[in-house]
Amino acid sequence: MTTTLTPPDAKPTEKAKRPRLPKSARAGGQLHGGPIAYAILIIFTIVSLLPLVWTAVAASRDNNRLAQTPPPFWFGGGLFDKLEIAWTDANLGEAFFNTTIVAGVSSLTIVFLSTIAGFAFAKLRFRGRGALMLIVIGTMMVPPQLSVIPLYMMVAKLDWTDQLQAVILPSLVSAFGVFFMRQYLTQALPDEIIEAARVDGASSWRVVWHVVFPAARPAMAVLGMLTFVQTWNDFMWPFLVLTQTGNPTVQVAVAALGRGYTPDQSLIMAGALLGTLPLLIVFAIFGKQIVGGIMQGAVKG
Amino acid sequence: MTTRHDTAVPPVKEGGTAPGRSPEDVSPAAEKKRARLSRRWQRDIRWSPYAFVSPFFLLFVAFGMFPLLYTGWASLHQVELTAPTDMNWVGLRNYTRIFDDEFFWNAAKNTLTIGIISTVPQLMMAMGIAHLLNYKLRASTFFRVAMLAPYATSIAAASLVFVLLFGRDYGMINWALDTVGISPVDWQNDKWPSQIAVSSIIVWRWTGYNALIYLAAMQAIPHDLYESAALDGASRWKQFIHVTLPALRPTILFTVVVSTIGASQVFGEPLLFDANKGTSGGAEHQFQTLGLYLYEQGWVAQHLGRASAIAWTMFLMLIVIGIINYVISRRLRASS
Repeated sequence: MTTTLTPPDAKPTEKAKRPRLPKSARAGGQLHGGPIAYAILIIFTIVSLLPLVWTAVAASRDNNRLAQTPPPFWFGGGLFDKLEIAWTDANLGEAFFNTTIVAGVSSLTIVFLSTIAGFAFAKLRFRGRGALMLIVIGTMMVPPQLSVIPLYMMVAKLDWTDQLQAVILPSLVSAFGVFFMRQYLTQALPDEIIEAARVDGASSWRVVWHVVFPAARPAMAVLGMLTFVQTWNDFMWPFLVLTQTGNPTVQVAVAALGRGYTPDQSLIMAGALLGTLPLLIVFAIFGKQIVGGIMQGAVKG
Repeated sequence: MTTRHDTAVPPVKEGGTAPGRSPEDVSPAAEKKRARLSRRWQRDIRWSPYAFVSPFFLLFVAFGMFPLLYTGWASLHQVELTAPTDMNWVGLRNYTRIFDDEFFWNAAKNTLTIGIISTVPQLMMAMGIAHLLNYKLRASTFFRVAMLAPYATSIAAASLVFVLLFGRDYGMINWALDTVGISPVDWQNDKWPSQIAVSSIIVWRWTGYNALIYLAAMQAIPHDLYESAALDGASRWKQFIHVTLPALRPTILFTVVVSTIGASQVFGEPLLFDANKGTSGGAEHQFQTLGLYLYEQGWVAQHLGRASAIAWTMFLMLIVIGIINYVISRRLRASS
């Protein structure tokens, strides 16, 4: 690491020479938002959050109150009772356990595999690299759900219906993850560090463990959270392979609440709230990082 | 860029300092050892990239590529859900069967209309929100996180809440319409209202996400472009049209492709929005999508072969849409 990474440049003096610009010229991030911008954003924020808040309101009311106009706008007293009933009725405890395993295993595997593949695409030269990267990007365009029928046949043949591995295995591939890690490592990992490790005689695996993983940690965390959210919320595939009584994930269990023939609306809302709550808590804590991660993955595509 | 060290410098045992040629290294045994290490080194350099990318491709072949092709194969057979391994060759009969089925065309039409009324407003609103978020704002992080909250909500939870919100008699939306003097709408049983309601679930969940993607792309536009446009006398609106939108074109294309793929597979929303808890997408199939029709044919009617034919038809339609997309974007680029 002898080279300086930031060459000195002449920007500061250039700035002073600039002519005074008309107000509309200082656009982009420079412009301050006016009251109208705030008003519109606040309306959209309310629209975003209202259904979530109202889920809790509806869960705290009994069904007679829900079947009246106007609908309730504020909490009643029954929230915690309903959450408890939903928890036991829908067997949500087991469902949470199952979903945590599914989402945890998928996230860890995807993060690991995406990081090593992303590293190879970002920093290593090898024959066929361009073509293989094109395939990765191409696979992002193929809708995964069009494969559900043979996957279902495979699962049926292996006798894995209702087993968690049936949900986990197809969710271990993420072309987005590879793409995301490649983008990140291309910028975040200087070639010099890899070369230095190489000169010291480190094998490729040692480079991965001691150089790539530490450098990729922020991106790995974000990819892990994004994958966790996505797997937690997965619906169609778990719905097909897991019955409601076998080994449901949270989404299957919540959907089952809604599909009973005598629907208890406030109970359904309690279940929906419980199913969403863990992710909302994650969002409340790591929201800034998740937002940053989505934006990071979006640019320079 | 990267120097090839494999030919330049022989490696020493792991963890050492930079290799230097000390005099005692020239003994035949050391020479041999070095040659062996060097061979291993070259093998490592040569093959490790493949080792790093192969797990992804192996999994992709097993759970992406093979199933896709096998779906095509299964679509030419009669396969029942109860005995998925018994396959009888029927040629294209599954395709002729579904093409003759009015519910297939109904589902195709619904998928198209739901796709349009969920994607177009979603992306336009996302663009507007991104533009606003691009201003210097107080609490901008709060706005971003709050608008992403629906993304954390599952299809199941969101659909069930929207069923209540869109309820005909006691739903909040009809109550709100009533207070401003609009007569209540039957959001579940009338064709267009039900499709709008199903689309609104999708719009609600994905607008904030797309807004962040646009915002990221907007922040990558150099400020100089706006300054020179303003010096040329372009108004804010003109700057948006002539600077922001062209710079965002690749991102817009990306979101359109992703949303199109998503829209082609809409399944959970119409399944859970159905008041009769059925798979037909409403009593009159008024909001049955292709995804739901596939499920109905495969898992309710138990004809996996026919369901495979639906899947492959969807895939081919997506390819056609993709090609149209590509041609249009090329035309646009050529004309500008």
